[in-house]
Formats: sequence, structure tokens, C-alpha cells
Amino acid sequence: MTETPFKGKVVKTSVRKKDSMALSQGMPLYVADLDIKPLIAKVLRSPHAHAKIISIDAGEAEALEGVHCVLTHKNTPRNFHTTAGQGFPEPSPYDSVVLDNKVRFVGDRVAAVAADTKEIALQALKLIKVEYEVLDAVFDPEKARDPDAPQIHDEEEAHMPIPVFYEKGSNHVSHTDFAFGDIDKELENSDYTFERRYDTQYAQHTPIEPHVCMAYFDDQDYNIDQESGPRVTVRTSTQVPFHARRITAQALGIKEKNIRVIKPRIGGAFGTKQEVLLEQLTTLLALRSKKPVLLEFTRKEEFISSRTRHPYTVWLRSGVMKDGKITAIELKVLSNTGAYGSHGLTVMSNAGSKSLPLYHMNAVGFIGDTVYTNLPVPGAYRGYGATQACYGMEVLISEMAEKIGMDPAEFRQINHIQEGEGSPVFKALGEGTEGVEQTIKSCKLDDCIEQGMAEIDWKNKRSKPGDDPVKKRGLGMAMLMQGSAIPKIDMASAYAKMNDDGSFNLQVGAADLGTGSDTVIAQIFAEVLDIKADDVIVYSSDTDLTPFDVGAYASSTTYLSGYAAKLTAEKIKKQILQVGAKMLETDIGELYLEDKKVCQHNGGSLTFSQVCKFALYAEDQFQIQATASHVSDESPPPFAAHFAEVEVDTETGLVKVIKYVAAVDCGTPINPKLAEGQTEGAVMNGISYALTEEYIFNDKGKMLNPSFNDYRIFSMADMPEMKTILVESYEPTGPFGAKSVSEISINGPMPAIANAIYDAVGVRLYKAPFTPERVLNALKENK
Amino acid sequence: MELNVTINGEDREFFVDPGMLLLDFLRSEGYLGVKNGCSEGTCGSCTVLVDDKPLKSCIMFVGQVQNKKVLTIEGLGTPEKPHPLQDEFVEEGAVQCGFCIPGMILSANALLITNPDPTEEEIKEGLDGNLCRCTGYVKQIKAVKNAAKRMREEN
Repeated sequence: MTETPFKGKVVKTSVRKKDSMALSQGMPLYVADLDIKPLIAKVLRSPHAHAKIISIDAGEAEALEGVHCVLTHKNTPRNFHTTAGQGFPEPSPYDSVVLDNKVRFVGDRVAAVAADTKEIALQALKLIKVEYEVLDAVFDPEKARDPDAPQIHDEEEAHMPIPVFYEKGSNHVSHTDFAFGDIDKELENSDYTFERRYDTQYAQHTPIEPHVCMAYFDDQDYNIDQESGPRVTVRTSTQVPFHARRITAQALGIKEKNIRVIKPRIGGAFGTKQEVLLEQLTTLLALRSKKPVLLEFTRKEEFISSRTRHPYTVWLRSGVMKDGKITAIELKVLSNTGAYGSHGLTVMSNAGSKSLPLYHMNAVGFIGDTVYTNLPVPGAYRGYGATQACYGMEVLISEMAEKIGMDPAEFRQINHIQEGEGSPVFKALGEGTEGVEQTIKSCKLDDCIEQGMAEIDWKNKRSKPGDDPVKKRGLGMAMLMQGSAIPKIDMASAYAKMNDDGSFNLQVGAADLGTGSDTVIAQIFAEVLDIKADDVIVYSSDTDLTPFDVGAYASSTTYLSGYAAKLTAEKIKKQILQVGAKMLETDIGELYLEDKKVCQHNGGSLTFSQVCKFALYAEDQFQIQATASHVSDESPPPFAAHFAEVEVDTETGLVKVIKYVAAVDCGTPINPKLAEGQTEGAVMNGISYALTEEYIFNDKGKMLNPSFNDYRIFSMADMPEMKTILVESYEPTGPFGAKSVSEISINGPMPAIANAIYDAVGVRLYKAPFTPERVLNALKENK
Repeated sequence: MELNVTINGEDREFFVDPGMLLLDFLRSEGYLGVKNGCSEGTCGSCTVLVDDKPLKSCIMFVGQVQNKKVLTIEGLGTPEKPHPLQDEFVEEGAVQCGFCIPGMILSANALLITNPDPTEEEIKEGLDGNLCRCTGYVKQIKAVKNAAKRMREEN
């Protein structure tokens, strides 16, 4: 089944990322850098975790000099939508309006102001008089469905836009389950059985640029007839320009044609900018004030009022035979989606679909539930629910191996999914509904494990805590999978045209979040036409000027948008050959493309410039141009084996990661340096998530640490020695053999470090993050 | 107050509110490579060099740079003739979203001014005040090493 690795001229070379020189020069390419003096918008936030707004009086704020617009629930449209930023119809509940008469977490939005300056806007917020009726709140997801728990969404209109489970009366956002085989019977017949519980925490993406959105009136916006109403350009830090346009239009009750969304360069996203959160307010403030408006989240707002990772409680039941055969695994997940149900169903489903197919077993089961609580709102976050489940799964796998006295690496080697195999889980779990059956066509897990073991020196260093009486060393590993795009749902498209000098404009809806997708897509396009990536001028993410793309999520851009670019290039290639054949008076079959030329087997050639000029100016004139769309029938998983070496200080409980190895099978790495960069960034975020990142709440549901001083993400000084190994495979359904790479590696550090801590000091940690306090407590309990 | 300051090698005079934040002042004057990531002096995207020292402009008043020398990223190189740090950051793939990069390159520049041949540990220490969420820092360290080497060879 395995094809030989792809060897390309442009693909698989680390060409410079197209925007990186401009960005390293500090050029003004981000949302807030636009040369416009906008009104500054600020949002009034709820001090209560759950309250009805009895009255709200914005009179004094509106009267303040310099204030141009104040929005409250009283003067904003009440169109129920989800902010999730997914395809239509979304698998997330319509439980949000622009501004509501009820608040559901500390930090929920109450009102918004646009004023001449930030100071005036902040002063105006203070002048808005709000009377609340404080309601009981629920913070514990295990109590959210109790009969006496307060109903967080009691509004009649809240509903699921697709026919799936949704019981808002009991705060029960979603439920899904399946079982293949008889789990109980398999467990009964197992040599050893396990029942474990694992808890993960609230954590945030912390893009260094917080959410930001500017709405203004561009020259083009006046080119619309009066009956259609005003038109506004929304320049926003989004992962999903087309969904952002659709959802903003839906929320405000206006037409898509009245909105143009542009994603310029954005300062990191990691899932939180899939959410359509600022666009509704900013657009409405601009339309009402008839002036440009800028809304920027502060770091505090980014923590409390943007989106987070869904905290999970995971219960696992499993069985194993002495020979290493896994009999059954049942994964049960309780996901806390906070005050709104954004991504509540699909993140929870991903817990099963991106972890259970990794292993062979006789019986497999999944039970997933998502509940509302009066806490900040989780959403999409790199890893998308697989991360949290992977922690428990991969710790349990190591524990099972230990029980039967087998090396955990060997245990994984004999049990992992192979090329040519499928899993019933693929069909059972999809985007809220049934999934898509698939057979694995590329999987180099054996090589990932072997190469990773060699790099970390697994055989020599494992289970050797060392002679130091205080500081103990240990090794741990984890095995991972993700997906590449959402099969049969996600669509990407591209358009390209040829220029006089033989260069091309390539327009894609895909959204480059800093990942380098503009460059990677250009490389794929260039490979088809045998030109340099420099000859491809990429313009992306503009709803007026680029064709549709679902946007950057579900690890889709290289695999899906890259494929659309490849199809487009193939159409262009055909046209170039046709023109070339006419010019050279020969058959297409006699011609091939090389080095930006149409070449004849007998030695003649034409430059692309000659071909283009002929097509534009000479005979049977036409523009060499093409467009293509692409939907994938499957979602091939990238695979990875991660290894961590840690040192645990048994006196302080401090865990230090000494070395981290990530061996990743992402198919063909289109741009190896960028693929490594995706891996290194995901690993670093994962390490920080495993060791320090955590929301601290008081008993009123208020987050107490919304700053980088108190919520620590890892800096350069915290880094371990890091090694990324790209283990190449060839995925036949991807462009030039590529699969995804951006998300998978965030899933590894938490379980790999937990397993390494066990190897060092013999304690298993069932609750993350692994702070000194938790490690010390675990050590004490173990004594 | 009347502010006399050298920005990117150019002597400038302004009339400013001394209590204005240096970050806001620089951005309002068009130095948009100075980024605001946290407003609390922790992320480092607003880093500028004041008399060759990397400082967080989001927690400084503009009055504090009276008669001083300020370097922003705009003063470091041009796309046609990039500073070796900029060139190496690009070559190594150390720039992902790029939001932290101007601050990080300025911190690296300050480091190399005082220490032209830093060890890996010294690079980590020198750039510790600049948070990046995209890259995992691996390629940035490599880029600083490469740039230091090039700059030593050029001198």
C-alpha cells in the first residue's frame, strides 16, 4: 500500500515563508495597523455568574461627549445564532444573541460603547446603569444536570440547528454513545482490568495578539444601490472569513452582500479565532455610528471573555491479557462547555474519534456528554478535544503495559492501527452525526516509535531514576493521531490566472494564521507547473475577492485547500499545454513543463511569458485561468509518537522537562521547516498546558488569574531540549502525499510527561496540570 | 511637555502628554511594528530599545525617553537590506504569526550588542521576556545563533 516518498522540486523544500520578511520588518499588516483613525469600542462585562438584567439605562453614557453609539439588549437585534464559526448548519446550539437580557458567566457581555477615545469609552461604560437579579449559578459540571440546578439557557429560542440531542432544560448540551462488541463480557474475561478517572483544566490559547476587529467603510462599500442598505468592510483576526461573514449577517439580520470580511495577517489563533465574537458588535457599532470602529480585546478579556479549552472529566474502563492483547476500552467523557454551547458537541465527539481508533481491541465503547455551567466559554482549541482525552488514554495504555510487564513502547507497537485497516469508530463518530468510514492508507507509527526511542535513548535511560536522592529522572511516551479536514463536509476552493511574465495570481479562501499556509499552498501550485513558489502571488481570505473556503480549522488547510490549489494548477497546466501546442504546431502529448517553460521532447521550448502573451494578445485570445473546489471523502490521520525525559524534584514537586522528542508522520512535509515549526509550537504549548496553565476561580465563578503574571505560558528559559523528527509517509488522498500537521502534537506532552513522572518517582497523576503542589501531594500519598 | 528623543537615529521633537504610554505614543507616530499584546509588561511584543536596552513600552511613560535613543523595529533593517537577525529569522522559519517577532528581534539585537557570541543559555535568558505562542522557540534560538555568527564574521 505504501508508495515511495514524494520527491519534488518545490514541494518538500523549506522555501522562505512569504510574509516572514515583511513581518520581521514590523510592517503594518495586522488588523489594528490600518491607517484609519477609528472610534474605540469597549464592552461592559457581567460581574455576576448568572443574573437577569432587570433594567439597563444607557442615557448618561449616550449623553457623554465623544460617545457615538451605545448598544444594549434593548437596541440590538435578537437573532439566535452560534458564535462557533462552523459550516452551515452548525453542530452547535443557537444559544447566543448580540447582547442578551441575561448574563451567564462573570465576563459575559452586557453592553458596548463606541467613542472617540479609549478613555471616553471606558468612562461611558461606568455610566451605564444596570440592575441585576442575581440567580443561582452552577459551576460543577457533575452537578449541572441535577434537578435543582439552575437552568442556564431558559430562553425559548435556544435550539440546535441540526437534529441531534439537546436538552437545555437540564443544561445538557449534547450526548452521544456507541459500543462495538460486548465490553462487560470482554472485561470479565480479561487478565487485568482498569477503571480510572482523569481531569483536565480550563486553559486558554493565548495568541499574542488578542482578538481584534475593525469595521469601516471602504471605497468599494459605496458601490451598492441604496435599497440594499449600507455596506461595511470588516477587517478581523479570524480563522474563518466566510463563516464570519455569514454569522455576522445572521446575527444582525442583514445580508451577506452588505458585509465584506478581510483577514489580514493575524497574530496567532489556535482555534480561539474560529469564534465569531467581535464581528457582530463591531459591525453594528460602525453601521449605527457611520464611523470606523475598532474593538480590541485586552489580555484580561482574552482570558475571560474569548474562548478556552473544554475541561474534561474522563472515565476509562479497560482490560488487557497477559500477552499484551487489549480486550476492551470504554471511554466516557464529561465536557464542560461553560455558559454557551460553542463546539460543545463536536469537541466531545473528537475525544473518541481521535483516540480510540489508534488501538486494536475486541470491544470499544464511547459515552460522551457536554453540559452548560456558569463559567467562561470553551470553544475550538488546537487538538480539539482529542488533547484532553489523549491524556487519560495514553496514561492508561502505559499503565496497562506496566501491569503485564511489557515495555510501553512495545505494547503500543503490537497494538496500534496499521495501513490497510479501519476502525468502527470512524463511522460511529462524525461532526455531531454519523462519521465516514475510512481505511488507513498511510501510517508510519512503527518508524515514529523506533526513531523516537533512539533519539531519547529509551532503552538505556528508561526506569533509571538515578542516584541523586532528591532529583529523579524518568522517561515517558505517548502515541497520537488527529485528522485532516472534516470529510464530506469541509470545502476549499482556489482561483488562479496567468500574468504576462509567466507568474500567477492565486486566490484562495484559506486563512493563513501564521502557519505559513499561503506559502505551502503556493508550493503545491508551483510544483504542478514546475515554477518557483516566488512566481505565485497569493492573495487569501477576502470574501469579496477570493473563492470560498471553510477556513483554518480541523487541520484542513494543507490537505484540503492545498488540494484545491493543486486541482486549479492542473487545469491551468492543461491550458498552457494547449496554447503551447498551438504555438509550436504540435500535439500536447509531445510537450511537458519544465522550469517555467513549455518544452518539446525534441528540444524546442517556449517561456511561460511567451505562452501567456500569445493567449492574451495573439490568437483565439483568452485569459489562462482556472478555478477548482475540493471536498475530501476521508480524513486521513497524521500519526505521532512523543517521548519526554523529565526530572522531578521530590522536595519541591517541581517537574522539569529535560528533553522532548516528537516523531510525526504527516505524510509528505510540503515545507519541512514550517512542518517542524508547527510541531515545535504545538509541543511547547502542550508542555506548558501539562505543567502550569490553569484557570483559578473563586466560589462566585470569577477567574482570578487573567494575566500572564498569574497564568504562566512557557518562555524561552523554560524550554527543554527539543527534537522534531518528520517521519515521511505518502498519503494518496492528499496533495503530493501530504496530511495535516498543525494540531496533533499538542496532544502528546500531557500524557508523555505524566508517564515520565511515573517512571521517575512511581506516582500516577490523574489531574492536570502537574504543578509542584499536585506532584508533592501525590508523592506524599504514595508513601 | 516638549520631548526630545532620537528615534531610529533621527533626532525628533514632539509636544506630548508625559503621562502617555510610550507604546501608544510610538504607534500614534506611525511606528506600528511596536505591538500590544498584554498592556502589562509581560509578553514583550512592545519591546523597544532605549539606549540599547530592551524595555517594555507598554509600561513606560513617554516622558521616560526624554533625551534618550529609541530603536524600534522600523530602524533595524529594510526588506532590501535586512538586518542579519531579520534575515536569519526568515531563513530558519522562526517567524510564524510574526506578532512577537519585532520585540524578539530587538531583544536579540540588544543581546548581540553586549554579547556578540552568546551561548544557547545566554540567548534563552536574553530573549526570555518575549513570549511566542507559535514556534516553540527552537528556530528562533537557531536564528539568533546564525545571525551572531554572521555579524561576527562581517565585523
